Amino acid sequence: MIENRPFLAFLTHLVLILGVVIVVFPVYLAFVASTHGSGDFMRGLVPLLPGPHLVENYGFMLNEGISTAGAPPLSIMLLNSLVMAVSIAVGKIAISILSAYAIVFFKFPLRLLAFWIIFITLMLPVEVRIIPTFKVVADLGMLNSYPGLIIPLIASATATFLFRQFFLTVPDELMEAARVDGAGPMKFFRDILLPLSRTNIAALFVILFIYGWVQYLWPLLVTTDSRYYTVVMGIKRLAATADAEPQWNFVMAAVILAMLPPVLVVILMQRLFVKGLVETEK
Amino acid sequence: MASIDIAGVKKVYAGGVTAIHSLDLAIPDGELVVLVGPSGCGKSTLLRMIAGLEAITEGTIAIDGTVVNTREPAERDIAMVFQNYALYPHMTVRGNLEYGLKNRGTPRDEIDRRVAEAARILEIEPFLDRRPRQLSGGQRQRVAMGRAIVRQPKAFLFDEPLSNLDAKLRGQMRIEIKRLQRNLATTSVYVTHDQLEAMTLADRLVVMNAGRIEQVGAPLALYERPETLFVAGFIGSPPMNLIDIGYLRDKGALALPEGTDLVGIRPDTIHLAPPEAPHVTLTATVELYEPIGGETHLHMRLADSGQLIIAAVPARTATREGAQVSLHVGLADLHPFNKETGRRTD
Repeated sequence: MIENRPFLAFLTHLVLILGVVIVVFPVYLAFVASTHGSGDFMRGLVPLLPGPHLVENYGFMLNEGISTAGAPPLSIMLLNSLVMAVSIAVGKIAISILSAYAIVFFKFPLRLLAFWIIFITLMLPVEVRIIPTFKVVADLGMLNSYPGLIIPLIASATATFLFRQFFLTVPDELMEAARVDGAGPMKFFRDILLPLSRTNIAALFVILFIYGWVQYLWPLLVTTDSRYYTVVMGIKRLAATADAEPQWNFVMAAVILAMLPPVLVVILMQRLFVKGLVETEK
Repeated sequence: MASIDIAGVKKVYAGGVTAIHSLDLAIPDGELVVLVGPSGCGKSTLLRMIAGLEAITEGTIAIDGTVVNTREPAERDIAMVFQNYALYPHMTVRGNLEYGLKNRGTPRDEIDRRVAEAARILEIEPFLDRRPRQLSGGQRQRVAMGRAIVRQPKAFLFDEPLSNLDAKLRGQMRIEIKRLQRNLATTSVYVTHDQLEAMTLADRLVVMNAGRIEQVGAPLALYERPETLFVAGFIGSPPMNLIDIGYLRDKGALALPEGTDLVGIRPDTIHLAPPEAPHVTLTATVELYEPIGGETHLHMRLADSGQLIIAAVPARTATREGAQVSLHVGLADLHPFNKETGRRTD
């Protein structure tokens, strides 16, 4: 595509810019809303420029929250979400990289069966098994706790599968060289395999962090104590006030704040993320 | 430094395929033995069994007098150079060289000393802080050799280490491996399918076929006196011509041993001018005149039988395609074989 046609360049840019505008506009509107006073959005004329109440609104949400909606201050919910998302991401990576290591590099009876059982769980989304899962978690007394939020979501067939595929591309000779060099199974894992998987781990971390962060249904079910609310489900509560108009300025402030951590993770890990998706360092 | 003794070793794979049939081989201290054979002959399997990467079904392998059948590769004190180098991609060259020593708990200053020495010998000092990815094939090969040298093992095991290099580099590295092995005098087993590499490197050549040893001996001895038809065909390029005995009998009274039905003739023992020694004379038509520089290969068809025969004659030999020529072979240069047993008859 090295043709130099001004009209085509103009057209392609136009399409791209239009696409960006369409995607960004609602986000922008949410930001604008979060900077206005409480009634400004209900007047019928939606303001398109930021208002004067930015610091005030955000400060209010972070420190106090809308107690009438039964939601704690946003800072608590953000912290809960962070704990949940990081634990899920780290846990999923740790568990799946180890199980993939076992499946690929060790020969044990029923190895293939183990792999297929893990693989089959891919076909069951959380929602399908949510009632039995809830029952188990409730019986274990894990409602309203961090383990209750995290553990049911911590095993990942997808990540296991991705690591397996990556491990299969590692040449056997590398393992043999390590064996000759006196590296046992765990040493080989730590010294060779883990460093080689670095970019894969980073890419998976980004994906799994966001997966954990945007969990909605599960936190909604297992938390009734507002101290364990996560931010994504909390927003729902903020908007669903019984007898009054939702306070859109505060809700939108919460939305923007809830959006920031995943955005930050993606931006900060962007380089590693892209590397992990496109190249394998071998 | 150590001897390697292979006694009655057999390898049967899980599927019931026998890769190696009861094999015996003794490698004395400091010798460079080359295992050569076509792919699937079991030479790599044998090497991997010595290394401990492959289980031994039957028999024993002893290194330095100790049976190592059940020992882990690291405990056998051997170093291996792999075909694709198998360098650790995320470590620097220095890291690659150090890794095995670190795992053995070698003291830091000793590691540094050995790495520096290996780097000097192999001339890889400028690359010590680079990653394998940033090196060329030849440089990677040197690093792989370096990783073997620093360990100062009892034996080096080479698994077709040069087959990923281009022809010119292969020639250079071959000489370096030989020189290195001479200087270090470390017992070495070298696997290759390239017979030129095998001939030039080996102190002793082991020709393998279908899981068995065909012949063991000095490279030139194997070339000059192949014991089996397989070795006769495998060693030497262009390969030995095999002529039916009936055809030769017609050309003159031959005193060949009982049971001979095939006669091997090396292409370089065929002369266009009759030698003084007793000889047989054949007539053939030149089909292809193939100058390759220092010599010329003549592809010819024998009169009457129509069999193909190749001769290696001096460069610029005066003949042309389509010409009838007389070929003379000294009686001493005939290799008599029996087709049934595949063995030499004299």
